[in-house]
Amino acid sequence: MLLASNLKMILLAAVGFAGPIAMMATPPQAHRDIAAHDDRPALIELAPGTMRYRLAGDFTRNGKPAEAPFAEIKIKQPLVIMKHQVTGADYRRCVDDGACRATSTGSADRPVVQVSWRDADAYAAWLSRKTGETYRLPTDEEWAYAAGSRWQDDGLPVDGDDPAQRWLARYERESNQKSAEADSEPRPVGAFGANENGLLDVAGNVWEWTNTCFVRTALDESGAAVGTPIANCGVRVVEGQHRAYVTDFIRDARAGGCAAGVPPANLGFRLVRQPATFMSALTGFVLAIRN
Amino acid sequence: MLNRRHAMMGAAVAALVLATPALAQSPDLKLPRQKIELVAPPFVHPHEQATKQTPKIIEFRMEIVEKEIVIDEQGTKFQAMTFNGSMPGPMMVVHQGDYVELTLVNPETNTMPHNIDFHAATGALGGGALTLINPGEQVVLRWKADRTGTFVYHCAPEGSMIPWHVVSGMHGTVMVLPREGLKDGAGKALRYDRIYYIGEHDLYVPRDEKGKYKTYETVGESYADTMETMRKLIPTHVVFNGKVGALTGKNAMTANVGETVLIVHSQANRDSRPHLIGGHGDHVWETGKFANKPETDLETWFIRGGSAGAALYTFKQPGIYAYVNHNLIEAVELGAAAHFKVDGKWNDDLMTQVKAPGPIPPKVQGALQPLVKAN
Repeated sequence: MLLASNLKMILLAAVGFAGPIAMMATPPQAHRDIAAHDDRPALIELAPGTMRYRLAGDFTRNGKPAEAPFAEIKIKQPLVIMKHQVTGADYRRCVDDGACRATSTGSADRPVVQVSWRDADAYAAWLSRKTGETYRLPTDEEWAYAAGSRWQDDGLPVDGDDPAQRWLARYERESNQKSAEADSEPRPVGAFGANENGLLDVAGNVWEWTNTCFVRTALDESGAAVGTPIANCGVRVVEGQHRAYVTDFIRDARAGGCAAGVPPANLGFRLVRQPATFMSALTGFVLAIRN
Repeated sequence: MLNRRHAMMGAAVAALVLATPALAQSPDLKLPRQKIELVAPPFVHPHEQATKQTPKIIEFRMEIVEKEIVIDEQGTKFQAMTFNGSMPGPMMVVHQGDYVELTLVNPETNTMPHNIDFHAATGALGGGALTLINPGEQVVLRWKADRTGTFVYHCAPEGSMIPWHVVSGMHGTVMVLPREGLKDGAGKALRYDRIYYIGEHDLYVPRDEKGKYKTYETVGESYADTMETMRKLIPTHVVFNGKVGALTGKNAMTANVGETVLIVHSQANRDSRPHLIGGHGDHVWETGKFANKPETDLETWFIRGGSAGAALYTFKQPGIYAYVNHNLIEAVELGAAAHFKVDGKWNDDLMTQVKAPGPIPPKVQGALQPLVKAN
């Protein structure tokens, strides 16, 4: 069923966001590899921990544009995330099963790209059915935690009275960040190397969908949230060399969402595996017996 | 298949036909000479605006370069033909009454004959009939800049070669300034602090059965497919300065609040309608000819294919501006967009966000409905 293309508004409960917290640099998380097996992709299991992280979304402070505050990510359970982005070959199996929209991008050893959040969501649902496990897109926090040193803080100085300073600073930062490669064709898996957590190709030339919706929050003078934050789940946070907000049905963000700014070169994704609940474990057991 | 021998034989015949005018003697002009080093676009070589100097012979030299370039972020390759290695070719600036003396060089590494047609010049197909050169040859042409304005120049060898060379990148611009400099409609002097030259190209890159862009070993091999694609009149790319995004990011154009910028825009083949998003054209010579009074306070102006126009604007707000061909499909999807980065102080009087985006007040039409708690 095709939903209205514009806003899907969801009301969130008021959440108190802490102001900036001074944190020491977080060491790389302890992690272990989980090898690929049948339909299950190669995974990395990250130990629980914390990370200082700048919140995603739009903020005003005392009625004026403000920079997003820092918060502490607390990952309380092991985070299991795919070692690399979903490849063209992986995605093709979903297409062949009739559960995903066809695309010709990617290959056995290259990430599938030009896929929308809806495509990624459909793939996650299919993979969950196939394996009896629960896969989904990471939240922005989970992505940042797994990205570790490759997560890019988007913070910029904000002058409430001069909106242009922030636009110029962001433009400057994004222009300098853009990788020096002449073209943005997706590279073979592993081409951008592993981060300290063992994940491949984080912040390469593929930006990855997260499940986090675009949220606009009003803060008062002290930095506490006032009123109700407004979430637009028709727009999701995309992470890579920089953070972007992209409408959920967009497959190719290269033309950019706005008149100016540096858009993601490619849209792809990787998934996290949720810990087994009793029901999902039972399903998996039943599937295993049947096959 | 087009090869070098065919091209040269065609050129030899043409050269025989055109041999006669070369015997006519040019009068001794007894004018001072000045040599100018051309600069790659979007920049323009240093020049006076208003000048107290008397007419001169201005010497330029351009080398024709056939080369493979990359025209977009996906790495699409394109066999280009260029004046001086850039797309568009460099901009030349002289004053009314000056003579342009161009040495045009076609190095032997090229595969095709080329020439040049100056829209500002008079006679001989703009100079095209007197400048056809084979690889390994060069020619010197002199013409009088007797009228003011911005004018296109382009390669125009003969027949189907003309559109093909132009949409392969072979065009540039000449600006002939009035000796008193630019003036507004009331005759008051206008001065620019910076000048940017934006040459727009419509490109027609052939695709294979799967829809992927095709690449070719030589420019000659691309000819047949490109002709078929261009005859459908729908470009695959519309680019500023030779590549999608060429004037964005690190290569965005810059200015400061309070500075006056002259933006010269040329399109040698196809119509365009430039618009500065967030700004205006304070004084615009849409047709590009300075003897006409400029239009003022324009939102969007029209560059007819085969011409160059000029727009003057004094920046009033800092921030990022996009300068686009305002067929927005061509701007966003095909590449016809550039950026300006402008530093300075924000002017709240011109624009201010009175209230930041926030929830519609409750009970007003369209306000969020509170979630019903599930029990």
